[in-house]
Amino acid sequence: MAERSRLAVIGAGPAGLAAALTAAARGVPVVLVDTAAEAGGQFYRQPAAALGARRPRALHHQWRTWQRLRDGLAAHLATGRVRHLTDHHVWCVEGESGGFTVHALLGPDQEEPVEVRADAVLLATGGYEKVLPFPGWTLPGVVTAGGAQAMLKSGLVLPGRTAVVAGTGPLLMPVAVGLAAAGAKVAALVEAADPGDFRRHVRILAAHPGKLAEGARYAAGLARYRIGVHVRHTVVEAHGGERLEAVTVAALDSDGRVRNGSERRISCDSLAVGHGMLPHTDLAETLGCRLDGVNVAVDDEQRTGVPGVWAAGETTGIGGAALSLAEGRIAGLSVAVRLGSRAPEPRSHARAAKARDGLREFFAAVDAVCAPPARWAERVGEDTPVCRCEEVPASAIREAVDELGAGDVRTVKLLTRAGMGWCQGRMCGPAVAGLAGCPPAPSRRPFARPVPLGVLAREPAGPDASP
Amino acid sequence: MSNALSCDVVVVGAGMVGAACALYAVRAGLRVVVVDRGAVAGGTTGAGEGNLLVSDKEPGPELELALLSGRLWADLAAEPGLGRSVEYEPKGGLVVASAPEGLAALEVLAAAQRSVGVDAVPVAADRLHDHEPHLAGGLAGGVLYPQDAQVMPTLAAARLVRLARAAGASLRTGRTVTAVLRTASGAVRGVRTPHGDIHAPAVVNAAGTWGGELAARAGVSLPVLPRRGFVLVTEPLPPRVRHKVYGADYVADVASDSAALQTSPVVEGTAAGPVLIGASRERVGFDRSFSLPVTRRLAAGATRLFPFLAEVRAVRAYLGFRPYLPDHLPAVGPDARVPGLFHACGHEGAGIGLATGTGHLIAQALAGRTPDLDLTPFRPDRFPDPTAEEGP
Amino acid sequence: MTPRTPLGLVRARPEPSFTVTFDGRRIAVLPGQTIAAALWTAGVVSWRTTRDKGEPRGVFCGIGVCFDCLLTVNGRTNQRACLLPAQPGDVIRTQEGTGHHG
Repeated sequence: MAERSRLAVIGAGPAGLAAALTAAARGVPVVLVDTAAEAGGQFYRQPAAALGARRPRALHHQWRTWQRLRDGLAAHLATGRVRHLTDHHVWCVEGESGGFTVHALLGPDQEEPVEVRADAVLLATGGYEKVLPFPGWTLPGVVTAGGAQAMLKSGLVLPGRTAVVAGTGPLLMPVAVGLAAAGAKVAALVEAADPGDFRRHVRILAAHPGKLAEGARYAAGLARYRIGVHVRHTVVEAHGGERLEAVTVAALDSDGRVRNGSERRISCDSLAVGHGMLPHTDLAETLGCRLDGVNVAVDDEQRTGVPGVWAAGETTGIGGAALSLAEGRIAGLSVAVRLGSRAPEPRSHARAAKARDGLREFFAAVDAVCAPPARWAERVGEDTPVCRCEEVPASAIREAVDELGAGDVRTVKLLTRAGMGWCQGRMCGPAVAGLAGCPPAPSRRPFARPVPLGVLAREPAGPDASP
Repeated sequence: MSNALSCDVVVVGAGMVGAACALYAVRAGLRVVVVDRGAVAGGTTGAGEGNLLVSDKEPGPELELALLSGRLWADLAAEPGLGRSVEYEPKGGLVVASAPEGLAALEVLAAAQRSVGVDAVPVAADRLHDHEPHLAGGLAGGVLYPQDAQVMPTLAAARLVRLARAAGASLRTGRTVTAVLRTASGAVRGVRTPHGDIHAPAVVNAAGTWGGELAARAGVSLPVLPRRGFVLVTEPLPPRVRHKVYGADYVADVASDSAALQTSPVVEGTAAGPVLIGASRERVGFDRSFSLPVTRRLAAGATRLFPFLAEVRAVRAYLGFRPYLPDHLPAVGPDARVPGLFHACGHEGAGIGLATGTGHLIAQALAGRTPDLDLTPFRPDRFPDPTAEEGP
Repeated sequence: MTPRTPLGLVRARPEPSFTVTFDGRRIAVLPGQTIAAALWTAGVVSWRTTRDKGEPRGVFCGIGVCFDCLLTVNGRTNQRACLLPAQPGDVIRTQEGTGHHG
């Protein structure tokens, strides 16, 4: 029967869960809409129950936090204060006078339409990996660092027998240690950044002893599994025929140039690579939310500029699970006041805001140190596909700029088809911008995922259509 | 730093029409500078489908321009490498009617079009599937227009600009024209941009949907309004839609004066694989927000024409603003109010197709030759002057 | 010493495996695994060739964003193998080109 939920939370990762539980505990009815069969998002991705994992915590960090979230959710599900819609793939959120309609496709087939109505929406749609191209990066066996981790966490599988983990950023260490703990031989961790650069941020690091301890634990893990760590190094090429067989790794000087003669070949059948992360902002952009660079812009209460729309977690700026939890909590508190007419809780807000601001500062420092290697674009060969979906080589991008007068990402896209394939530029956007020498542009994707035309063609079932 | 440039003609707008004007002008021996506040194809050209149609036009000046343009497009496409580089496909158009009344009206239109030189071949209901095997059943019949063709609009504009530059034209992107400079006697003497002036005795307004704004900077009125349209793009498909296919209501929509939403189904394949689905028209100013209701109507229309599309996924939707003048004809030719000012805009959804004819006629006018078509119906100064209407 | 494995790491006792076919070849699958996970277990890392250059692709992002891992399952084309849980008896086929036929 139809029932109008007050708050729809989109995304059941740390931010969405924190927000849902915080709001529900204060009387706001919540419907939690998520693509997966289980809550947890990417960070707390779980193997399916049928796999019978008796010790899933071996794959995770901060397991106690997950237990609290999981148990909190279960309690609210039992009282009916929270409804959890699993396997719901949201493709658009439509704002109308007086409310919102969340349009989703029912998984796993994603052909059956479902609609959820709410008075307010919280976007906790998370993020995804950024990978800058290099020769050979499209070989089977080359996966994103987060992808290797996701496949391990959910499917209990490894990408191969011998892995190299490469790129830049805080994700590489847990991925390397995780793969090794699960039985892969991790031949090397190749980090482009210079950890010495963290010296510029000593004050910030010192303010986060927990993060430093975490780093030390990973370092111990790397040592335990005898994973060679090569900082200020990058993968310059991946080699193989039908699949990956080896990578060439080289040292970078302080200008980001390869040091001649430093190239070394490492045999491997899998490469887990990542250069940071990007937020999912499609739903927010279509609703009219303003972006701040690539992030959804929010105020101190995690409100976007669109009335009734909150955003929390990676979508407002990449910063890891603890930051997502803090932002989710702040958003939940705000919703309880603004939507649920509860009295404000300034101390709770202040505590969460302090954590949020500190973690944002920490991750800003991490971003500054773990920026993609300065001259990565020079190392992209003419034939290297930049747009994986449409197989657009770097030469076509360069031709569009040099010969055809393209000066922005949109024109490059129109001239080369880069960004016009299935993934709609999610994977190649930063690379196209970097190669073309122009700022990244917001992508404006009205469909957050592909929608069958037959589904679009059906008029919605009416104002009371709720599952 | 200011650089003063000097040439014979400044073309304002590096979209499809500006590109064509530049190419034909430089081939007529003129020194040309193309200026755009954004990138090549940064306006409506980048949001179009690339239609080169005669099928959707009733006999009249626009159809004449379309027939001329079609011939010129074919000539350009035959130049070495150019046809392929702009994805020129002389695929033909198929207009279908779902009911007998619509078919009768379509046949009347086709007969009139044939009388002025359009190839319009009636297709009986039971022969429709010879041309489009995946078309829905139960349609009343249709008309095939072999002269309809398609290009990829951004590639076409960029390639024509490149050809023009290879022949000596200059391109200045990222330069906004802030004023059209005039002599004491009122004739054009160039344009002003933040990067400096460009001196020329002739300026061509090819600013498309912003043609009215540019005209105002020359001190005259040209009532171009935006008419928003959405396009749906599918996943890549094997070739299943052979022609541009649309419902017979499309012609009425183009000619409509209504500001309200008009949709009628238009479906075509592309060389790259995705199918493009249109067409919607609304006068909502420059509102760039996404409209789910409009895209639903487009999807419904398309799946009615091609049932297989119901299982095909839309991966993208985009919008653009067609430049629209009150009588649905573009402004092409010299502006009698300002010696040296020429207009080439307001092509309302037909700009890609009509660009070549427009560019050719403008080049003739610039070179002082008699244009191949009578430009009277396209006179930029044919609209009542809004300031003359002021009064108590 | 017993070698480490993902199943061993989490002390998994999965429910009985079932089979699916992959281009006619039978593959054992643990219940709850996605099709991509099942294929990786079987040592298969590519199951599609690209439209233009016919190059092999498999999993890249692992979370359903990159659309590299597309294959055909039970006649439905362009399914993301990393998202789709395998079901007993699934008929899985590699894809070429657009994945569609004619």
